[in-house]
Amino acid sequence: MTWVNDVIQGIMLGGFYGMLACGLALMFGLMRIINLAHGDIAVLGAYLIYVVLEHWNTSPFLAILPVLPVMLLIGYLLQRLLLERSLRSGLLVPLLTTFGLSIVIQNLLQQGFSPDVRSLGANAGSVATASWQITSQLSISAIGALTLGVAIVIFGGLQLFLSRTRAGRQMRATAQDPDTAELVGINSRAVYARATAIAVAIAAIGGMFLAIRSDFYPYSGPTYLIFAFEAVVIGGLGGSLWATLAGGIVLGIAQTIGGQINPEYPVLAGHIVFLLVLLSPRGGLINLRRVTA
Amino acid sequence: MSLLELEQLNLRHGLLEAVRDFTLSVGEGETVALVGANGAGKTTLLRAIAGAHRPSGGRIRFDGADVTRVPAFRRVQMGIALVPEGRRLFGALTVEENLLVAAQPRRPGRWTVDSVIEAFPMLARLRNQRAATLSGGEQQAAAIGRALITNPRLLLLDEVSLGLAPLAVEDVYRSLASVLAEGATVVLVEQDLTRAAAVADRVVCMLEGRIVLEGAAGELSREQMTQAYFGLKGAREVEA
Repeated sequence: MTWVNDVIQGIMLGGFYGMLACGLALMFGLMRIINLAHGDIAVLGAYLIYVVLEHWNTSPFLAILPVLPVMLLIGYLLQRLLLERSLRSGLLVPLLTTFGLSIVIQNLLQQGFSPDVRSLGANAGSVATASWQITSQLSISAIGALTLGVAIVIFGGLQLFLSRTRAGRQMRATAQDPDTAELVGINSRAVYARATAIAVAIAAIGGMFLAIRSDFYPYSGPTYLIFAFEAVVIGGLGGSLWATLAGGIVLGIAQTIGGQINPEYPVLAGHIVFLLVLLSPRGGLINLRRVTA
Repeated sequence: MSLLELEQLNLRHGLLEAVRDFTLSVGEGETVALVGANGAGKTTLLRAIAGAHRPSGGRIRFDGADVTRVPAFRRVQMGIALVPEGRRLFGALTVEENLLVAAQPRRPGRWTVDSVIEAFPMLARLRNQRAATLSGGEQQAAAIGRALITNPRLLLLDEVSLGLAPLAVEDVYRSLASVLAEGATVVLVEQDLTRAAAVADRVVCMLEGRIVLEGAAGELSREQMTQAYFGLKGAREVEA
């Protein structure tokens, strides 16, 4: 029964990783940019929610509402002012750019908010602590269920956007062949900017859950970047969006089961699964080769 | 009045001069065929007109406006559409999505998803199929449809018969004939001289990036075109 419980906890944790991985996968799938600042952007989102909560005593779930448009704008400007220029110089330059951006965000957060460790768990009220006891060994936490639910809504919403809307179709066409997309009237730069805006806003939602589930400080980003990156690779780089959520869930389950074996093992177990997928003949490595070819 | 004017156009691939001092004017409603051997610069020329290749010199005027520096997507909005060599459909999108993604809300006109499918009946049952699963002829029809749905004033066709079975070529040209009959302005690249002469009002023979022979389709003999195609001496004298 504990194993069943581990799997269920892992699935819910996977929803969180999937949420963090979503924007990373979107930017990689469309522009082949691996955004090394993605974790820091999520943490930036958490800090912006923290700022709103300082002025407005409410729940983080409401405080994120004014933060989302700000993050959309940040993403749009990030693409237009920084990434668009670096994309012109090949694949390596955007990687270096986001690496630098990661350091800049961390230092600015430290400057602005001090290195103190914070959490928004207390602001979230009973949601952060409530749980349903199903059996003596099986309980479902409210925040876990909510995380997974929100992740499914995000992925489903993005899927609908990509398949049903004009902007979504433009994104898929551009991801496939940017040169031809321009020839059918698609402004690929505008498409890229829209995608980064969406990716950054979704990262902020991930940052909110990060801040409620756990604590954060200016240098929290890279740890979550690694989990998000592993989720993307396990799901298959450049594959479908749902595969990224599935990748997050596989990582989540690996971590909870690893933790069941030994409390020191959760992160290690996640890394091992990631490496196994990378080494497997049909795993991430093949996809990695395909997209770089 | 001419719809498209190329003035002293120079196009390069790195150090290679693909098209040199190219001057050509295409009138509204005219169909011009570009013929020439591989490497003559035809595809580069079409891509430059569409905005996918930046000229190293000269000017491109469309409907009187200088569009030399206008990006490709904006030229589509102005009414220039290219059917690229090799079709280049978005393989993961369905046929209908390939058409929808190209449709320009700011350029309403005769062509819609339904009217394109009417003009290319073979697409009707493939509407919801992924473009990658189509045969060559079907893909070509979809690629032409994807260009038409932008309701272009100038349609650029790059080797629509390349790599197609003879029957598929017939199908594609039969459907195209109805489009051309409506008085569209077309610049097309075609390897098949007979077909080029049959479809076009005017034939322009290119060799190593220059025009070596030009004339009304009915007035040029097949022999003249063949000579120009291979760069034989006779053709150069015709030009002179």
